[in-house]
Amino acid sequence: MKSRNRNVEFFLLLFVAILVVTGYVLASLGRSSSIPANIVPFLVGILLLLLIAHLAVRKFAPRADYSLLPLAGLLNGIGYFVIARLDKDLAGLQATWTLIGVGAFVATLVFIPQIRRLEQYRYVLMTIGVVFLIMPLIPGFGREINGARIWVSLGSINFQPGEFAKIVLAVFFSAYIVEKRDVLAVSTGRRFAVAVPELRHIGPILLAWGVSLLVMVAEKDLGSSLLFFTLFVALLWISTGKASYLVMSAILFFGGALLAWSQFSHVQERVDIWIRPFNDPTGDGYQIVQSSFALAEGGLTGTGLGVGNPENIPAVETDFILAAIGEELGLIGTTAVLILFLLMVGSGLKISLTSIRPFEKLLSAGLTTLLGFQAFIIIAGVVRLLPLTGVTLPFVSYGGSSLLANWILLALLLRISHESHRGQIGESSSMAGEK
Amino acid sequence: MNRNIRILGVALILCFAALFVQLNRIQIFQQTELQENPNNMRSVIRDFNRERGEIYTIDGEVIAKSQKIDGQIKYERQYPYGDLYAHSTGFFSFQYGADGLERYYNDQLAGQKETQKYSSFKDIFTVTDTSADLTITINHSVQQAAKEALGERNGSIVVLDPRTGAVLAFWSYPSYDPNILGSSNLQAGEKAWEEFSALPTSEDPRLPKMYREIFFPGSTFKLVTATAALTSTSATLTEPEFEVRTTYTPPLTTLPLQNYAGSTCGGDILEGLRVSCNTTFAELAAEVVGAEFLIEASEKFGFNSYLPIDLPSPAVSIFPDDFGSQVGETDAEPPIPILENTPALAQSGIGQFNVKATPLQMALVAAAIANDGILMKPHLMSSFTNQEGETIETYKPVIWRTVLSRQDALSLQLAMEITATAGTATNLAIPGVIVGGKTGTAQVDADRPDDTHGWIIGYAGPEGGDPTLAISVIVESVPGQGQLTGGTDAAPIAREVLSVALRIQGILE
Repeated sequence: MKSRNRNVEFFLLLFVAILVVTGYVLASLGRSSSIPANIVPFLVGILLLLLIAHLAVRKFAPRADYSLLPLAGLLNGIGYFVIARLDKDLAGLQATWTLIGVGAFVATLVFIPQIRRLEQYRYVLMTIGVVFLIMPLIPGFGREINGARIWVSLGSINFQPGEFAKIVLAVFFSAYIVEKRDVLAVSTGRRFAVAVPELRHIGPILLAWGVSLLVMVAEKDLGSSLLFFTLFVALLWISTGKASYLVMSAILFFGGALLAWSQFSHVQERVDIWIRPFNDPTGDGYQIVQSSFALAEGGLTGTGLGVGNPENIPAVETDFILAAIGEELGLIGTTAVLILFLLMVGSGLKISLTSIRPFEKLLSAGLTTLLGFQAFIIIAGVVRLLPLTGVTLPFVSYGGSSLLANWILLALLLRISHESHRGQIGESSSMAGEK
Repeated sequence: MNRNIRILGVALILCFAALFVQLNRIQIFQQTELQENPNNMRSVIRDFNRERGEIYTIDGEVIAKSQKIDGQIKYERQYPYGDLYAHSTGFFSFQYGADGLERYYNDQLAGQKETQKYSSFKDIFTVTDTSADLTITINHSVQQAAKEALGERNGSIVVLDPRTGAVLAFWSYPSYDPNILGSSNLQAGEKAWEEFSALPTSEDPRLPKMYREIFFPGSTFKLVTATAALTSTSATLTEPEFEVRTTYTPPLTTLPLQNYAGSTCGGDILEGLRVSCNTTFAELAAEVVGAEFLIEASEKFGFNSYLPIDLPSPAVSIFPDDFGSQVGETDAEPPIPILENTPALAQSGIGQFNVKATPLQMALVAAAIANDGILMKPHLMSSFTNQEGETIETYKPVIWRTVLSRQDALSLQLAMEITATAGTATNLAIPGVIVGGKTGTAQVDADRPDDTHGWIIGYAGPEGGDPTLAISVIVESVPGQGQLTGGTDAAPIAREVLSVALRIQGILE
């Protein structure tokens, strides 16, 4: 089982390398009708990176799921050759961040040999998470870029602590909910069709809601705000299965959204652009309109790599990278990306299903939710299904913090996966008790 | 707990399914709508990132080409002869779209005709340069002669081959340099564009006046009136004879209509054409031919409809199609109805009142008569060649209309030739060839009642053969220039251009 998994992973990674190098060459051919000069170093580089990650998994998490690393590698690779085709300088940085990301992936596997250790540090992690969240608000430290105050400057390096906060808070939420599970799941009087929990049980939701509102209001980061809240609600749902929490969360969410909409011009603007992008196609609606044009240009099969014109979509390397993929690879390309994310979600939830201990179950489901839901809300923004909320497309978008955080997230998932299989062998008898 | 996780999984799958549906809507179902959105610059960007066919004159001069450049746009459009062909080629601009041939033949130049894109099976699978080069019928030497002959006077010159409709010269002054608009230096293009746009329309050099501006045709229109007379059989070249006089007062008015410079003239239609007698043609129109035949004849020549030339948005030359209801009739046999606006009809018969024509339209009048009554469709396209050098399309001359009978056409040729040898158009005569012409001296507008534009239309050809050239020249009277006449201002220009063209055709030594 163990070595078979790793061998499958190895061949999948080889396949990923072939796909990515092919995409890279095609993009270069489409753009300048020449095979990139650095094709050999590129091929060697990508093989080495994937091999390092693979060997680390082989050594430190040999029983882990075999599909997640190739899926992440492929998404990262697709993102890379699209970025390389859009902006050579950013591609260089993205390559560096990928290297650092894989390094962090290995380090996470090495330094977190047992996921349950994290559970003990839940309040430390909560503190770190909250610090990460409010860091951008500290004067002289935090920076506002493109209207969102989600950046922190350390010397010449800018990063988004929120990307790390989401992982740290996922760990904290999981540990907290496991600790309070009994209280949260306690049945209150079912006098109404929907059970109404007591106030003290609503407390945590209100807290999460407050934190996410704070993020939205103070940092103007709608995407992260939505992500935090969804993460918490998802974890609460998994641990309790109480529909009342969902109903209450939905009420709180729409209440908060309505409040934000009525109070903040930047929220109103986003909503207006979402509803009527073609009202101001050269001003406020420019980005989303250009994105739609790019997607339409791609049609079913796309213009071909390097042959489209996605450059005129603002932020195409980050938030709108799917529009670039849609233009040059068409509906086939965008659907492929959706499928890759769905496969990751599937593998992530499978880990959650096979995990034994509630903490690992919750954490792996939480991390998977972070990954899948973040992909959903940014793509939904790009395709005008939801207002645009400016988060990155995990692994694909340009962005150091995002890439680093997602590689760490992946390592945590693989760590849990490894443990769940070890658990199965050792404690298979206790499986029956867990529903 | 596992059940809850599965439900979460289903929720996420539903989220992604929604994304898939929406992607289908945008990328497939709304594709055409989005691509045709006026704000969508992608088709322009696509055009600018692709090699575009060159445009050649019939004698092989490159007048428009794509130049590969470094920058966001991969090619810029260059026009080696600057303003010389601006009104034919038009421009191809990133911000302002395209005009002229660049616009009319955009699909072929860009290689986007389906027949070009998939000319062979392998094209379905490979990316090849499918753009076509356009060769136009304009002759570089004739075009240059037209530019030099007109000099820095506002005006237009159109030279056609009446046998085929091929345009040999197409010049209007002032012109502009389309290089600025086609340049990758968008700021320079924008500046030039705004400067042009700040000018009054009549002074905007982007306006190709030869086919998009209409003028009073003045006495050149007498050929149309004469055609109406001959076609209606109410008159012949020599019947009836009109009174010799200095003024003519049409029915229903006391305002007399005068001959040019107060001269005295009269006689038959032949004489009326030779000396360009206003009184003769005013009476002919109002009391001999009548509105019905005049409207019919002018519309047969192309008035009141879009000329079928291969250029975008040609102006419609106008002849009034309603002169009011009948209020009486003339004593003639058969009687001609007298209409409420018969005085206007008299003026229309000499190319005034509300009659307005493009220089191209008047060239077609000359061409139809020169080609024995058969009006060929005017065109600039000669052929398209693909990048392998194979001709993929060749223009085949098309008859647009039969305007008048051969007999009537020959009569009018006779009159025009006499006009050129012993009438108002003697400045058009070229020794050794047959030349026919008709001058025109047309009022500018109501603001400048005394100023006049000079017109000439005519044709030329070998002795004993069919005419090979038809021409129309207008020299505009800009404010302060006063009275220009067809005979002294326009005819010499036309003669120079015709001489060059005749030499090219091998008719003149």
